[in-house]
Amino acid sequence: PAHPALARPPLAIGSNLCVSFPPERIDMKRKAALVGGGQKRIDAQHKRGKLTARERVELLLDPESFVESDMFVEHRCSDFGMEQDRNKFPGDSVVTGRGRINGRLVYVFSQDFTVFGGSLSGAHAQKICKIMDQAMTVGAPVIGLNDSGGARIQEGVESLAGYADIFLRNVLASGVVPQISLIMGPCAGGAVYSPALTDFTFMVKDTSYLFITGPDVVKSVTNEDVTQEELGGAKTHTTVSGVAHHAFENDVDALLNMREFFNFLPLSNQDPSPIRACHDPSDRLVTSLDTIVPFETTKAYDMLDIIHAIVDERDFFEIMPSYAKNIVVGFARMNGRTVGIVGNQPKVASGCLDINSSVKGARFVRFCDAFNIPIITFVDVPGFLPGTAQEYGGIIRHGAKLLYAFAEATVPKITIITRKAYGGAYDVMSSKHLRGDVNYAWPSAEVAVMGAKGAVQIIFRGKENQAEAEAEYVEKFANPFPAAVRGFVDDIIEPATTRKKICRDLEVLASKKQVNPWKKHANIPL
Amino acid sequence: MTTSCCFTLFICGGPLPPFQLQTVSLEPFFLPRTALKKSRRCVGDKNTKSVFCLPPQTFDKILIANRGEIACRVIKTCQKMGIKSVAVHSDVDASAVHVKMADEAVCVGPAPTSKSYLNMDAIMDAIRSTGAQAVHPGYGFLSENKEFAKRLAAEGVTFIGPDTHAIMAMGDKIESKLIAKAAKVNTIPGFDGVVETADDAVKIAQQIGYPVMIKASAGGGGKGMRIAWNDEETREGFRFSSQEAASSFGDDRLLIEKYIDNPRHIEIQVLADKHGNALWLNERECSIQRRNQKVVEEAPSTFLDSVTRRAMGEQAVQLAKAVQYSSAGTVEFLVDSKKNFYFLEMNTRLQVEHPITECITGLDLVEQMIRVAKGYKLLHKQEDIPINGWAIESRVYAEDPYKSFGLPSIGRLSQYQEPLNLSNVRVDSGIQEGSDISIYYDPMISKLVTYGATRAEALSKMEDALDNYVIRGVTHNIPLLREIITHPRFISGDISTNFLPEVYPDGFKGHQLEVGNRRELLASAAALYITAQLRSQKVLGNLRVSSTPVECTHWELCAELGEGLYSMEVEVDGGKVEVSGQWNLASTLLPLTINGTDRMLQCLSRDASGQIVLQYLGTSFKVRVLSKLAAELNSYMPEKVAEDTSSILRSPMPGSVVAVSVKPGDTVAEGQEICVIEAMKMQNSLTAAKQAKVKKVHCKPGETVGEGDLLVELE
Repeated sequence: PAHPALARPPLAIGSNLCVSFPPERIDMKRKAALVGGGQKRIDAQHKRGKLTARERVELLLDPESFVESDMFVEHRCSDFGMEQDRNKFPGDSVVTGRGRINGRLVYVFSQDFTVFGGSLSGAHAQKICKIMDQAMTVGAPVIGLNDSGGARIQEGVESLAGYADIFLRNVLASGVVPQISLIMGPCAGGAVYSPALTDFTFMVKDTSYLFITGPDVVKSVTNEDVTQEELGGAKTHTTVSGVAHHAFENDVDALLNMREFFNFLPLSNQDPSPIRACHDPSDRLVTSLDTIVPFETTKAYDMLDIIHAIVDERDFFEIMPSYAKNIVVGFARMNGRTVGIVGNQPKVASGCLDINSSVKGARFVRFCDAFNIPIITFVDVPGFLPGTAQEYGGIIRHGAKLLYAFAEATVPKITIITRKAYGGAYDVMSSKHLRGDVNYAWPSAEVAVMGAKGAVQIIFRGKENQAEAEAEYVEKFANPFPAAVRGFVDDIIEPATTRKKICRDLEVLASKKQVNPWKKHANIPL
Repeated sequence: MTTSCCFTLFICGGPLPPFQLQTVSLEPFFLPRTALKKSRRCVGDKNTKSVFCLPPQTFDKILIANRGEIACRVIKTCQKMGIKSVAVHSDVDASAVHVKMADEAVCVGPAPTSKSYLNMDAIMDAIRSTGAQAVHPGYGFLSENKEFAKRLAAEGVTFIGPDTHAIMAMGDKIESKLIAKAAKVNTIPGFDGVVETADDAVKIAQQIGYPVMIKASAGGGGKGMRIAWNDEETREGFRFSSQEAASSFGDDRLLIEKYIDNPRHIEIQVLADKHGNALWLNERECSIQRRNQKVVEEAPSTFLDSVTRRAMGEQAVQLAKAVQYSSAGTVEFLVDSKKNFYFLEMNTRLQVEHPITECITGLDLVEQMIRVAKGYKLLHKQEDIPINGWAIESRVYAEDPYKSFGLPSIGRLSQYQEPLNLSNVRVDSGIQEGSDISIYYDPMISKLVTYGATRAEALSKMEDALDNYVIRGVTHNIPLLREIITHPRFISGDISTNFLPEVYPDGFKGHQLEVGNRRELLASAAALYITAQLRSQKVLGNLRVSSTPVECTHWELCAELGEGLYSMEVEVDGGKVEVSGQWNLASTLLPLTINGTDRMLQCLSRDASGQIVLQYLGTSFKVRVLSKLAAELNSYMPEKVAEDTSSILRSPMPGSVVAVSVKPGDTVAEGQEICVIEAMKMQNSLTAAKQAKVKKVHCKPGETVGEGDLLVELE
């Protein structure tokens, strides 16, 4: 319904010159904006199993909390017949504004596929930039719902300029307010770089695609036959490329999950990690952890079992669950407070660090550090993965990213060594030496340069009784004492008390203040 | 620690035989919940009013050659009697509960039972190294192994069980039948000899007349047992049973007998000493079975009158005496609808279901076994043996009851809480939170026993206990157990060994909701949903940007349950279906009061997309709660096409591949066997769902497969 203030009679200026101010026109425009590209296209969108831009916003935000801006903006293209009235849609191909998720402020843009396939015009870009600028001044996250065929070709360079304007804002907002992209349709060409620059990229299974060039171009350039889904579908990006952080079943599922995910995030880098009311006792003993680490050091267990058992209500929002599974990262709460969890996963590739897992871990750690989210690290790492594939791929360069991220982080850092912490990987995994605030070892922990077998082969090279030497090494090094006597771990704790201890430490560390030396910006080994 | 008045007390010392002053407790027999670590031999407690009597000097140290709940059960009595206990374990069981409970523990080999719990050499070594004077074998494993009993005897170690002669006589089904006949015990018509080949089997089966039962001569516990209704099934049954018998007992001899259709399975507990005395400790009704394995047992039976009970008891005692039986044993009978009973077999060991007998008689059977093994005379006379009240036992298994009433499942007990907060509940278990249920051993989680003055009381207690039992991380059969004990036929006592297939001819489908129940379930789900929604808005601390929570006391929701869609209007504080109770979003148990009815629900999972899984009346139900808007929009969401399962064969359970009967390119008929998976010692034949050509085989014999693993693809 039109705003009451607008429903006044036409103003009469002068005696015979009558300028009409028809409220009907405003009303009409608003109504037109609400149906986007028209009912037919809306039906087509539904038929594809997709919701419209407005339905998405409505579902994402609290009821009646959406405050829209730029409903009247229209594109400014006058070529190729675009200037005709039938080619003008109030609001153009994107819905923008702000709203609330569980009461908390958020800025949103939602691309409207029913208007020119959601293509990006200068006006479209301008609308997005406007809410991004506002989000920055207020200090609130931006969620983008992407569903766009790409650049508005009729507008040419103006469209490209629009992309660049958005990219610049993505970069400036990076580390200031959380930025989330939810890909709910096609997103191709230059457009992909906006999600790539944001903190998290989520996708919808079967209906969303991300690629630089589509299958047709791929075919003409490299002669590869590949489907859209194989090239840039949700499965590809969540399991192979690591471009997307999670995929959801459908639009409804994705949007409801976004609400849940949003609850974990602080509004900006000015805000502490949010604390939600918590029913799970912070001093709960987790007895099941006492038996979780198998006796044989070669036997695997599931790090997720430890994480689920320790965090509030077993509620863990895993980031990139299907990519580089040898490291587990995600958000959880400890006594209500959001924390970032990083853990080696012994179940996959023995939990070793390789290129993909290092990059996955590093990006997550840096997000947490940027937004004041404490980091809890569970360590069971046999080392970096050896081999030509890794060396040629630059494991040195990529492994350094994780090391860099942990070292640079100034948020509270709590580390629990559950079993192996071998070699350089021990240093990397939020060790005491990288300014870990509290470092615990479980009784099953062994901090050493390498496993007993390898070490014995070097130390006692050529010696007859290798088995005896191995036993000696195990006795000396395969336990938490060598690290504990040097103060490299603060305490050796009963696994059952881990939750209690972490909750207590986080209370204390809430007021932690640590600054890195002034610099223009750091130079992470990219 | 419970006060000592509840227990029968002993004073140590004294020559043999000791004073035999002992009270037969009129209370149901319950094991102490907290293990008594200290020796209780000397009693000088001034506050106790009960009769003092001497603890019979039995053994200093007993080795328990078993694992799991029965090992824990035996250790508890050892602790009570002041006897040191030694546990044996395989390497994967190193941190198992029975190992922690025992005073000493010895590793006897790797995980496979043949290399650990059946490894006599290692167990003999363990006995020597620990100096154990006696061995309690529990049930299964070496409990009825005459070879083991012989080796113990050779080393002068007491076997807590009958002597070798009785084990041998009763352990062989053919011989036992002959002895039973001679002892004037009623027996089933059948072929008294070993069947050599499948052809022989068919011939014999035809002579006896179908249906026939093919079973392992050395067997027990339903393993290596098949029923055949025609020649074809006889051949197949012969093959399976001999394979299973070989893998379970190392003895593939089979026998065949008349199969009594629709019988009850009722067994008599006997207790005998080495001085020729024997007692019958009443019956246990064990008719509720699946695949010849017991699921729910009770004592006494609703079916027996005192005359039949006495007749069965006396025959059981005759048989025990005929083989000079000593220790506790069980004589199993099949009872037909006319109360004719036939001897089935005698189990020369402690039975799984012994707790219900303990509950109604007040006797500690393990204690009696230990006494008898030491050579004491029985303490009781037949007329001392009471039937006090009623006891029910539910076997809680890690298995999926929706697949042929229970296919094994494995996993880690991520959360586990026994319903010990309730009175008159006994839980015999050998696991705890964090334990693994592995493919190597029996998938039993626990034996849940409830007791009441009447059957109705015991049953109602069982309902509560099942509702209060928290088991997460593995699929379990509580849905089935709860349905059985609340089924009108079970309540009226109208049961037979065919109960499950008769009541659920199309397989078990879980609790079927009626209108009232459905409303309760939906209201509970809605209450949970709204609580979670409201909690999401509770952000604590000083906020830089103010928060504007949605003030909402009226909710319009929509829930999907099964095929149905239900809309709900929920009013917080004042509405139609009232849901209240003391719980929060972190509780495992949800004690709800729904419109004045107390219900114990459990929230098994809850996710952001509104999916809530609730355990209600034993069965878990998936409810999806959405706001009205989300439900409307959800109607646009496409249905995801489910995988075509007719052309792929997945493993229904974790286990190992025994045989693959096809190769790529073969054409299989519908129902033709494709491969055989062995899990928990049971062989399961997997068949083709349609006629097709085999496209690809993804497994080979000997391989270990997980549940849901792709085995064979058809075209």
